Amino acid sequence: MGADVKPLRTAAETALIARFQAAANSLPGDSATGRRRTEAFDRFEKTGLPTRRIEEFHYTDLRALLRDAPEPAARPDAAAVATVLARNAAFPAPLAIPSLDFVNGYLVSQPPAIAGVEIVALDAALAAGDALTSRLGALELAQDNPMLALNTAFMAEGAIVRVSKDAGDAGLQLRFANAADAPFSSAPRVLVVVDDGASLDLVETHAGANGLAYQVNAVVEIIAGDGARVNHTRINAEGDAAQAVSTLSVSLGADVRFSSFGLTTGSAMSRHQIFLGCAGEGADITIGGATMLRGRQFADTTLTLDHAVPNCNSRELFKTVLDDESTGVFQGKIIVRQHAQKTDGRMMSAALLLAENATMNNKPELEIFADDVQCAHGATCGQLDDDLLFYLMARGLPRKQAEALMVEAFLGEPLEFVAREDVRDNLVALVEGWLAARG
Amino acid sequence: MAAVQETVDRVKAIDVDQYKYGFETVLETEKAPKGLSEDTVRYISARKNEPEWMTQWRLDAFRRWQTMVEPTWARVDYPKIDYQDAYYYSEPKNFSGPDSLDDVDPEILKTYEKLGIPLREQELLAGVKTSKVAVDAVFDSVSVATTFKEELKKVGVIFCPISEAIREHPELVKKYLGSVVPVSDNFFATLNSAVFTDGSFVYIPEGVRCPMELSTYFRINERNTGQFERTLIIADKGSYVSYLEGCTAPQRDEHQLHAAVVELVALEDAEIKYSTVQNWFPGDAEGKGGIYNFVTKRGDCRGDRSKISWTQVETGSAITWKYPSCILRGDGSNGEFYSIAISNGRQQVDSGTKMIHLGKNTTSRIISKGIAAGRSDNTYRGQVSAHRKASNARNFTNCDSLLIGDQCGAHTVPYIESKNASAVFEHEATTSKISDDQMFYCMQRGLSDEEAVALIVNGFVKDVLQHLPMEFAVEAQKLISISLEGSVG
Repeated sequence: MGADVKPLRTAAETALIARFQAAANSLPGDSATGRRRTEAFDRFEKTGLPTRRIEEFHYTDLRALLRDAPEPAARPDAAAVATVLARNAAFPAPLAIPSLDFVNGYLVSQPPAIAGVEIVALDAALAAGDALTSRLGALELAQDNPMLALNTAFMAEGAIVRVSKDAGDAGLQLRFANAADAPFSSAPRVLVVVDDGASLDLVETHAGANGLAYQVNAVVEIIAGDGARVNHTRINAEGDAAQAVSTLSVSLGADVRFSSFGLTTGSAMSRHQIFLGCAGEGADITIGGATMLRGRQFADTTLTLDHAVPNCNSRELFKTVLDDESTGVFQGKIIVRQHAQKTDGRMMSAALLLAENATMNNKPELEIFADDVQCAHGATCGQLDDDLLFYLMARGLPRKQAEALMVEAFLGEPLEFVAREDVRDNLVALVEGWLAARG
Repeated sequence: MAAVQETVDRVKAIDVDQYKYGFETVLETEKAPKGLSEDTVRYISARKNEPEWMTQWRLDAFRRWQTMVEPTWARVDYPKIDYQDAYYYSEPKNFSGPDSLDDVDPEILKTYEKLGIPLREQELLAGVKTSKVAVDAVFDSVSVATTFKEELKKVGVIFCPISEAIREHPELVKKYLGSVVPVSDNFFATLNSAVFTDGSFVYIPEGVRCPMELSTYFRINERNTGQFERTLIIADKGSYVSYLEGCTAPQRDEHQLHAAVVELVALEDAEIKYSTVQNWFPGDAEGKGGIYNFVTKRGDCRGDRSKISWTQVETGSAITWKYPSCILRGDGSNGEFYSIAISNGRQQVDSGTKMIHLGKNTTSRIISKGIAAGRSDNTYRGQVSAHRKASNARNFTNCDSLLIGDQCGAHTVPYIESKNASAVFEHEATTSKISDDQMFYCMQRGLSDEEAVALIVNGFVKDVLQHLPMEFAVEAQKLISISLEGSVG
């Protein structure tokens, strides 16, 4: 009874362990960074790739899904970069926002200098012992996450961005593009520090070639100082064979206004995990998401929101549209700590199943230790309302068009969270494109 | 919003320090040797005069149990249980079986009197306003009395201790025992399958509406003894039964294990209403003592249009680990779960339900209210799932929790899984969305938003609680008027 189970390593885990042992000494950074890498890798090694036995991965068995761990892509040469960027030029539709471009996880181009914005390549920052590197992985809440730990162990490519008050209303794009001849893996990491009182619009886009089984384990960290304002938008339009794990880790100071919106249409399998911790009072948080899946796509959005201090408001609204045999997962956990009185938290997840064989798994959790708070959550799933459909069709709309209209209305609500009009237009275009492809 | 004073007072009145049933009956008992082994299993089986097939069934369960690992996913925290440091069987000395009440040790009868459970049929008729209630009284490991057996027999209802059913009705037991909760379902259910001692067996024949409420009253008395009851209720086609369960235990500073399995089977058009008032000793304010309540309860709506309804009022136990569930297998079947769970002192409650929609047009409803006070933790954990073939499945879930004081925690962990597009699941934890029409009606008549919500939800719960017999009403009454004000998810 209860004999210690010796974990059998999968091919992917064995490869990762070997890779870490081989690479540990050549990864950038001083001995302190090296120790952090080892600690992080130990944490990963303890659990291995997460399985259903870990509650946070109840619906997403990464051990089964990530069967192998392809070698990281080689640094692309100038010609390859030019080809990939040219292919990706139209995505998202050009925005008047300076951008950092990444190809297969490598930072390949930086925008011209922006007043008040400091950008350093991650490997350079680590090698030089930049003071900001100490703020990598600062959020306690996300510490135990095996995928984040794995990224920390190998972190080298990426960037550190610091936005000061002098930047005014700054904007920045992080454009990740993936294309290669053979499957590869990438693990980019970006840290964005927004100083006290500073303001930033951050647009993060992920795109990739179809038919290519690449793996991404990307991490974006945002640290917002007191009184800062951050609007974050994320688009997952990875290739149709991609497996994309991504982590957004956010720590907020006092009186921060933070919003994040994620649109997911890409990748065969995606897992987007959001960790958000409030360190200062008076933060106002809005998190939204829209996921549209078809074929046999699988997408998991997992949110952990920690109200550790009093007087913070949070609103979360996630919508999922599922066609064909796709599977959607939403897990949301709101924690209200003992001292976090006067917290007001509301979370809603709604799913629309367009096809007989689609699946939706919802797990909206509340963990509350304070007695003077208001928290609520709701979750629904169902299909399009027949009456409404009939109404629209009776007015001459073909069925598909009527459905498209209703789906657009369904997704419209969280899209309103995106404040910048040009960014929102991009998202609406993606929604419309997805619906048009339904025929 | 903070809790209203009235609610605080009411919860205080049922605080752990106020436990009324903590007395102990001093009796000479006969016990199985301490510890758990195949010999213990054989001993229990022999004491119950069980046929060989039953002994083998138990041994098989025991062997499986030895390969299993105790689950840790629940949000409860307790020191490791030493399964070898407890007695698995205890019966009053010279106990010969419940032939007649006159043979029962007067001390035991006195115990039930003190608990307010009338075992003499004439007493039942006097004084109690509601209709008659037949009682099966289980004391530690044996059933000491079952009332109204004869009267029930006239309409064909079988109501007896399960040990008797194994001897007298093996064909029914063989067919249904373990068919809802399989032997190897989970760690505690498997342990129960190996060492279960007594509990009730109910069979309602086709088309019969059981003429009275049936109930079982469980009492743990002996020190250092676990209670492993097993209840099996079968409602044949078109029948109806309402069954009640109550539990108490003496106040002690040791933890005692209670691992029960309850199986319900509802065939076509049958309906089973199962109500529980769980009031095991919760431990003192510092968390010393109390019952570990690890219970597997599951109902199978096997026939079309069948219905199973669970109602629970949970106030006791140091640790509660309990998820009364419904498997909605028959087309058009219906499952309900109404729960009020109150935790105080250092109690830990992890309770909820599972509604598994397999058949077409199945419906289910979950109403759960958790109230945490003192330094307790109260978790609602529920699963609603629709199978591929469960077209037009409907679920409505509403769970509210209330925190009283800043040392306790309330948690909600719902799992909502839909594999069918026409299934409509709604989960809500807000108080403003009950039913707009009802709300409008009440508010139009001058009630405030909150009054209207309280009226609607409490009216609903009250309706269910009214089915509890008088003995249970005392506790239940205190709970039904608890205000919803200050509720959080």
